[in-house]
Amino acid sequence: MKLDSKIPAGPLAEKWDKHKASIKLVNPNNKRKYTILVVGTGLAGASAAASLAELGYNVKTFCIQDSARRAHSIAAQGGINAAKNYPNDNDSIWRLFYDTIKGGDYRSREANVYRLAQVANNIIDQATAQGVPFAREYGGNLANRSFGGAQVSRTFYARGQTGQQLLLGAYSSLMRQVNSGMVEIFTRREMLDLVVENGKARGIIVRNLKTGAIERYAGHAVVLATGGYGTVFYLSTNAVNSNATAAWRSHKRGALYGNPSFTQIHPTCIPVSGDHQSKLTLMSESLRNDGRVWVSKKQGDKRKAADIPESERDYYLERKYPSFGNLVPRDVASRNAKEVCDEGRGAGETGLAVYLDFADSIKYFGENVIRERYGNLFDMYEKITGENPYKVPMRIYPAVHYTMGGLWVDYNLMSTIPGLYVAGEANFSDHGANRLGASALMQGLADGYFVLPFTIGDYLAGEKADELKTDGDSFNEAHSKVQTLNDKLLKLNGKKTVREYHRDLGKIMWDNVGMARSESGLKKAIEEIPKLREEFWQNVNVPGSSDNLNKSLEMAGRVADLFELGELMARDALQRSESCGGHFREESQTEEGEAKRDDENFSFVAAWEFKGENKTAEMHKEDLVFENVKLTQRSYK
Amino acid sequence: MEKTLNLTLKIWRQKNATSPGKIVEYKVSDISTEMSFLEMLDVLNEDLTKKGEEPVEFDSDCREGICGTCGVVINGIPHGGYKATTVCQLHMRHFKNGETIVIEPWRARAFPIVKDLVVDRSAFDRIMASGGYISIKTGSAPDANAIPVPKENADIAMDMAACIGCGACVAACPNASASLFVGAKISQLSLLPQGKVEAARRAENMVAQMDKEIFGACTNIQECEAVCPKEISISAIARMRREYVKAAIK
Repeated sequence: MKLDSKIPAGPLAEKWDKHKASIKLVNPNNKRKYTILVVGTGLAGASAAASLAELGYNVKTFCIQDSARRAHSIAAQGGINAAKNYPNDNDSIWRLFYDTIKGGDYRSREANVYRLAQVANNIIDQATAQGVPFAREYGGNLANRSFGGAQVSRTFYARGQTGQQLLLGAYSSLMRQVNSGMVEIFTRREMLDLVVENGKARGIIVRNLKTGAIERYAGHAVVLATGGYGTVFYLSTNAVNSNATAAWRSHKRGALYGNPSFTQIHPTCIPVSGDHQSKLTLMSESLRNDGRVWVSKKQGDKRKAADIPESERDYYLERKYPSFGNLVPRDVASRNAKEVCDEGRGAGETGLAVYLDFADSIKYFGENVIRERYGNLFDMYEKITGENPYKVPMRIYPAVHYTMGGLWVDYNLMSTIPGLYVAGEANFSDHGANRLGASALMQGLADGYFVLPFTIGDYLAGEKADELKTDGDSFNEAHSKVQTLNDKLLKLNGKKTVREYHRDLGKIMWDNVGMARSESGLKKAIEEIPKLREEFWQNVNVPGSSDNLNKSLEMAGRVADLFELGELMARDALQRSESCGGHFREESQTEEGEAKRDDENFSFVAAWEFKGENKTAEMHKEDLVFENVKLTQRSYK
Repeated sequence: MEKTLNLTLKIWRQKNATSPGKIVEYKVSDISTEMSFLEMLDVLNEDLTKKGEEPVEFDSDCREGICGTCGVVINGIPHGGYKATTVCQLHMRHFKNGETIVIEPWRARAFPIVKDLVVDRSAFDRIMASGGYISIKTGSAPDANAIPVPKENADIAMDMAACIGCGACVAACPNASASLFVGAKISQLSLLPQGKVEAARRAENMVAQMDKEIFGACTNIQECEAVCPKEISISAIARMRREYVKAAIK
């Protein structure tokens, strides 16, 4: 298989404009003859659905939640990047592009990332016009703050709820289109298979989570905006229902999976408190603007933070990275936290935490300023831990947060199945091996508002607006496959619960495919995961029936897919014997213990092809070509 | 304080929207005080599954208090009545060993029960579709700094926009009114210059849809404000009325 990224020719800064000028258009009167199915209503899905409907296409959207407004984009806290240069600190599209591609450790496409930086400014305009209440200065203009991995202030924010506000903005535009009759919304629906007819995506099979009915929907194109797969680790900052099923089952229908091992471990989360834990809560990275990270210089130091004198504290990020200090990128911050904890210098009872201390900032700016900046985050921390972070330093530890990998897409965001588009976290495209803070919101909305509305038109212009039918062989086959799988799960009546299997899988993943990976650990994971999966298919207990709301059944299907995806992640991590971004291979480090990239051998995207049940996936390579940036070892010292 | 709790739970079980429901009693033991309320229910559901019984269905997703998916009535109070706390953020350290806890779904005619503790809040979506937006097409926005917004207004708009659409306000109101939810959105948008153009039509349409969804009228009881996990002030309702009256006399 030859992967064609379809990157337009020409100078970097002109690629997108030239491409837009040359792709095909659908005449306004013809747009209404096409139906587009959009799965997922987070930032990417909602913005795509609203924008496509505004253009005149018929859109049907699907989400597993009871309302489109609840997609997990809503939990993003810190902000969204754009190179507006409002603070006049010499920001530019080039700098946003450069920071993003460098932050991704040179494992993303120049052309995609440049386009992302270009359209970011439009997102801020769009969201402001929708009534998103971004933070403002007293003069009435928008305020900015700085974020990890950048030396300018380019992050726009709405208190600690930026994702919520941007999502509600996109949701409001979506609901406006519902009102105008251009969008039909299907809530509590889970996509369980993709229907491919004559080699093209033509529909989806969903389960109505309320009634249990298996339903069929047809469209001339399908957009997956179904988010990431962090829940493969069981504990993550993802919502408990976040899952990979729609993307994974599309993979099994022929869409290649790009860089599945590229996952991001976020450095500032509330530490695990026990086995009962169902999810981890993120504390926005923006906290590192004003918080100082430290641990004791001594091993096994059980003193309270307040009893450890200044001279016995190790502000290890400031010490090791004087120019970026506490604002080093996420992967660097996470790895260093793990390192000091592995040395036995971790904080708190479990020793699996480091301090994030606001005492100096409170002294400098006053408690009110800190409260204004982070009030809701501090409140959230206190609710969960019972400790007041205005008085004692927060305890934080890294947690799985985001997946840079995802379905492989070309420059038009189309997967290897014609007519199947993938947007937002669900695709692999823009963040390389590591995503910078405040870039997820930017990418989701860039894809949905400003890329897909044009590129889908280019595809549809070449497609007949033929009548849509859901009774063909492909629909029948996919429908019965879904039905059979669910029936099988319900009949197993085994001894262990879905949650127990999910937790076991998560442990294998965290121990072997987590923050630091080694050949032996990855091989162990590749051996253990299929064993556990086999046991799952013999011994899982899924209670209830399929004819009504049954969350155990929903979860069972998702966990079954995560087993397969988890194994692929381990395989991908194993073949990539270099360290890059969030992927740290213990065998590949510098003398100082920093990640060591191998550009000569690994400057490519790994795109995996499904070869059949219980068969090993096949890897294809898309070589990454850098014409505009010079590949350098990342240094934040 | 105890590190673990033994509790008696009295939980509303109902098969679907049409069949009658009832309170069923369960025991849970060794509940860590570090658990959230929903993690405690997870433990119960694991026990029930192992015993071959059907787990208690309840909605939750982000489990960090922002998606608005979760919500149950605990001992008569939506989300349990702890300051600015959704049920997923409520931790078991607030409960005592041996306590009996009564857990029910939101009760409102406009929120029919789907199963057990899960309700249908799609009425909120229909209200939003009727006018909870600023009509701006993708790509047609002016530069974000073209229209300055006084910081004070932007801040109050943000207070109002913090609504997570959980429906606790409706569940707490003896009239099952949705006025706080609707007022918050009307307030957010009418406080911003970009939202003023459509303010009259928005207020009329959203209020009309709210009535159509058979939510009750607001009689200033203020229970909604008391339980709102995002502490949205009932000044939202005053602003909604002002916008509605302004629209009517135009």
